[in-house]
Order: sequence, then C-alpha cells, then structure tokens
Amino acid sequence: MATAPPIDWFPLRLSLEVATLATFLSLLVGLGLAWLLTNRNFRGKNAVDALATLPLALPPTVLGYFLLVTLGRDSWIGKLWETMTGSPLVFTWRAAVIASTLHAIPLLFKSSRAALESVDTASERAARSLGGSEWRVFWHVSLPMARRPVLAATALAFARSLGDFGATLMIAGDIPGRTQTAAVAIFDAVESGNTHTARVLVLVVAATTALIVYAANRLERSTGGER
Amino acid sequence: MIDVHIAKTFPSSGPESKGFHLAVEFEAQPGVTILYGPSGSGKTLTLDAIAGFTRPDSGRILLDDRILFDAGAKFSIPPRDRNCGYVFQSHALFPHMTVAENLAFAAHRLPRLERHRRITELLERFYLSELAGRHPRELSGGQKQRASIARALIAQPRILLFDEPARGLDTELKSDLHDLILELKRTLNIPILLVTHDFDESLALGDRVLIYQDGTIIRRGTPLELLTNPGSTTVAKLVGGFNIYEAEVLALDPARHTSRIRIANQDLQGPHLRGCFKGDRVTLCNRPEDMRLVDRPGDNRIRVTALTATERPQSIRVDFGTHFIADIPRDHWATARETSPIWLHLPPDSLRQL
Repeated sequence: MATAPPIDWFPLRLSLEVATLATFLSLLVGLGLAWLLTNRNFRGKNAVDALATLPLALPPTVLGYFLLVTLGRDSWIGKLWETMTGSPLVFTWRAAVIASTLHAIPLLFKSSRAALESVDTASERAARSLGGSEWRVFWHVSLPMARRPVLAATALAFARSLGDFGATLMIAGDIPGRTQTAAVAIFDAVESGNTHTARVLVLVVAATTALIVYAANRLERSTGGER
Repeated sequence: MIDVHIAKTFPSSGPESKGFHLAVEFEAQPGVTILYGPSGSGKTLTLDAIAGFTRPDSGRILLDDRILFDAGAKFSIPPRDRNCGYVFQSHALFPHMTVAENLAFAAHRLPRLERHRRITELLERFYLSELAGRHPRELSGGQKQRASIARALIAQPRILLFDEPARGLDTELKSDLHDLILELKRTLNIPILLVTHDFDESLALGDRVLIYQDGTIIRRGTPLELLTNPGSTTVAKLVGGFNIYEAEVLALDPARHTSRIRIANQDLQGPHLRGCFKGDRVTLCNRPEDMRLVDRPGDNRIRVTALTATERPQSIRVDFGTHFIADIPRDHWATARETSPIWLHLPPDSLRQL
C-alpha cells in the first residue's frame, strides 16, 4: 500500500498568520469607520458607508482585479511601495493580507456600527459630561458596552479571512512556500489529485471555522444579558 | 448663576410631524429651579443645551462668568469642559464598571492623591462604601440613584442638572431622593435645575418654578405663587388640582376690591377683577382645600349634594358636580355627610382670576 505524501503545513500556517493580521487590520479600520459614521455627520457619509460595504457584495475575482490594478507594479501605489521597500507588493504574503483585510472590513464595520449605535446614548453623554474626551468615551464606555457583538464580528472576520480564496489568488498568486494559503492549497491539491492533503487541510480549516462560528454565536447570544 | 437665552428649531420631518421650536430665556440662582411642564415641551432639551449635548440655533448660555455657548460668536465649549453634573433619568451608570470605577471615571482629571480622597469621601457621603465593588446590575433603584448623583458630584460641578430623577421611584425612595436633593441645596452653593412632571415635587424642592409649554416658558414664580395664583387657565390646568369656573360679572366695586359674580346660577362675592366690565365673562379658579362645608346658608354659600367622596392622604375629596370639588378634613366630613342639607362656602379671596 502506497504511503500518503507528507503534508506541507506551510499553507495552513500562512493562512493563520494572514488571517490574524488581516483581522487585526480590519478591526482597526472597521471600528474606526463605525465610530466615524455613528458619531459624526459629514457630507459623503452614505458614500463612505457604501464603499466600506462594497467588498462584501463584489465577486472576489472582481475585488482581486481592482486590487491588482490599484496595487500592481505599474500602479503608483505599487511603484511607491517598490521604491520604499525594494520589492513588489503583489504576489507576496502582504498582498494576501490586503485581500483578506478588505474582505473582512465590511463584516466588522457593519456589526461594529450596529453595536455602537445600540450603546445607550445616556451612558455616552454621561461620560462626556464627566470630562471624558471622545477617545476616552469610546475606549472606556462605548467599546466595552459593545464588546460582545464586536468580538463576535471579529471572530467571523477571522474565519472569513482564513478561507479567502478568489481575491487572494488574484493578487497574491499561488506560489508554494511563499503565497499559497490553505484555501488555495486545497484547490491545488484537488486539481492535482492529492486527495490526502486536500482532506487533511479541509478537515483542519473546517474544524477551525466551525469552532470560531460556534464561539461567535455564543458571544452574539449573550449580547443582551449584561445590560 | 446660570443665564440661559436660547432658541432651537426642529423642522417638520413629514406630514405627520409638526416640528418643534424651543425659545427660552431664564436665569437661575443657586438653589433648586424646577423645569415643569408636559412631555415634549422642551425641558430636557434645555438641560441638554446647557450640558452641551445639543447645539441651539441662536442665543447664549453663561455659567457664572463663563460663556458655555454663544451662537453669534460661533463658540461652544464641548460637554467635557462645561463642568455640568448631569443626573440622567436612567442613571446612566456604566454597566461594565463597579460603583468605585464609575466614580473613578469621573475623577480622572483630578490630581492622583486628590482622586482617591474624593472618591472615598463621596462613597461615604452617599452610603456607598459597602457597595463600591458592585456593578450597577447588583444595585437597587435607590442605590443606583445615589451612585449616579455621587458620580456627578466628583468633579465639583458648577451646576447640577436632574432629568426627572424621581420617575419610577416608589414613595419611600422618592422621599429619600428629595431629602438628598434638599441636602445638596443646603451644602452646595450652585444652581440645581430639575425637570419634573410632578407639581408636588416642585413644591417639595423648588425655590422657583419655570412652567414650560410648547417650547416656551409660559409662567415663572415660586411654587406657592403658582399654587395660589396660576394666572392663566393653561397654567392652572398644568399645575393641576384647581377648580376652574366660568363666571359672569354682575357688579364691580373697585373701592373695596371686590365684585359680584355669578357661577353656576349662584350670585357670589368675588375678588377684584382686573380689566373687566359688568356683563363680561371671566374665568376664575380656586383650590379644593380652600373650600369648607357648613350647615347653614349665608354669603358665598352654595347648597350642594355630594356626588362622590374619595379618600386622600390628608382629607376627603368630595365632588359636588358643576366643577365644585372640595378637600374636606376627614373628621369634618364624618359629621357633614350625616347632615342635610349642606352648603359649600367659597371664600371670596380664594377665587383667582385667570
């Protein structure tokens, strides 16, 4: 009986690293945008809302194409990056982080905005009248009061980043040992008939995702219990 | 002292909504000033404008010698720098912090040593020391109330704003709250503005009452002045409890400051009536507690038959129909209800022109 080829764990490790970084970045951007749209009135507010939600609705390949055009070696951002760092941005693990971040932002932004909007206005007003700066009110009052739905959204965003395929493939490519994430590696393994690798990776990714979704649901369900 | 002179318009947002216009102007000295009136008359909006939560379209707000807001100069101090202690109807304690942490949040601008001393002092003063480590969900309504007042006092505010603090409290807690506010009035020499729907609360706490209706202050005075002389039918109805009569002027006697009037087909002696001529119709009012029951006819006595009698804490409220409602002392009613016929005495000086 032929022994199964050894599993290359690099794609899984890369996926976890990319997802962690992308979740962190999307949390920063998503929360920032949510705060801005909840607390400030400005022209173009609806446009910002629509723009931040767009990656959720766009086909991943379309998003990937836009990223390729915006960040490619011929674009000004791409050129600037290359001048500063000496290496291109596309087809690197960094590009995978950008793709995953953009996909995760709408999830975090939408949920955080809903969560921040549901925070008791009187508590925020009390915090301001007690001498709290906007940052202090957000950090010590609004965010802790909205933490459960925000954490639930963060968990989902992590799961979403872990499984990103289309946009990642478009902008980061499929370079084994460099940019090949778990989702891309599964596709590759199936294509090349390496069912053992595909099964193991599918099992690990599915189990991790199921665990995260379970945790997110628990967080969501206990949202109303504390207040 | 606070000097408020503001206006703000909320335009109609659709065919169902009328829009709202607030235009108020008042001064409040140290002591308790009551903002009294129906829901939606602009009382809380006034507090919000003073605290900086809402920006008036025009006007000016001065707290002592400090400008908090000036529309003309496009100047507005943010809420965090206004030094207003706001006590919210919902208490607005931070649910994820303990009582001590709630107070510490308010104390963060104080010097480190002063901070601890001030928190301990207020926890003790408001009987919260034992509860310092508890979260708001573990406190009773009265404890939450005390914690929210203590928190508002941490930074030594220059004005205290109470938004319907007694709403939803039972009689005992309400009485405790009133004692607390009266103590604050005695010990803090700052203006205290208190929004309420309850005129009994205004009487218990207020040095001065501003009566709000539809975004304006329609009358101001001491609670007792408003109780004895509401000045208009609207105010009499808002303050509540008045008997309101439509009367015909039969004669005027300016020399004796009296008049003859007819109420419900009864000729009575009335008070001096401003700006009236014989034959005019006027609206008068009096308080149910100003009337007495007597067992024989005479001046200003109307023969009556009781329709209903309701127990009140201090008296029996008897309805004689035709707008005559009287609060009769309990022992007096025990005798009078056995007597027939009976007469209701309306002292001329109890009748006020509206």
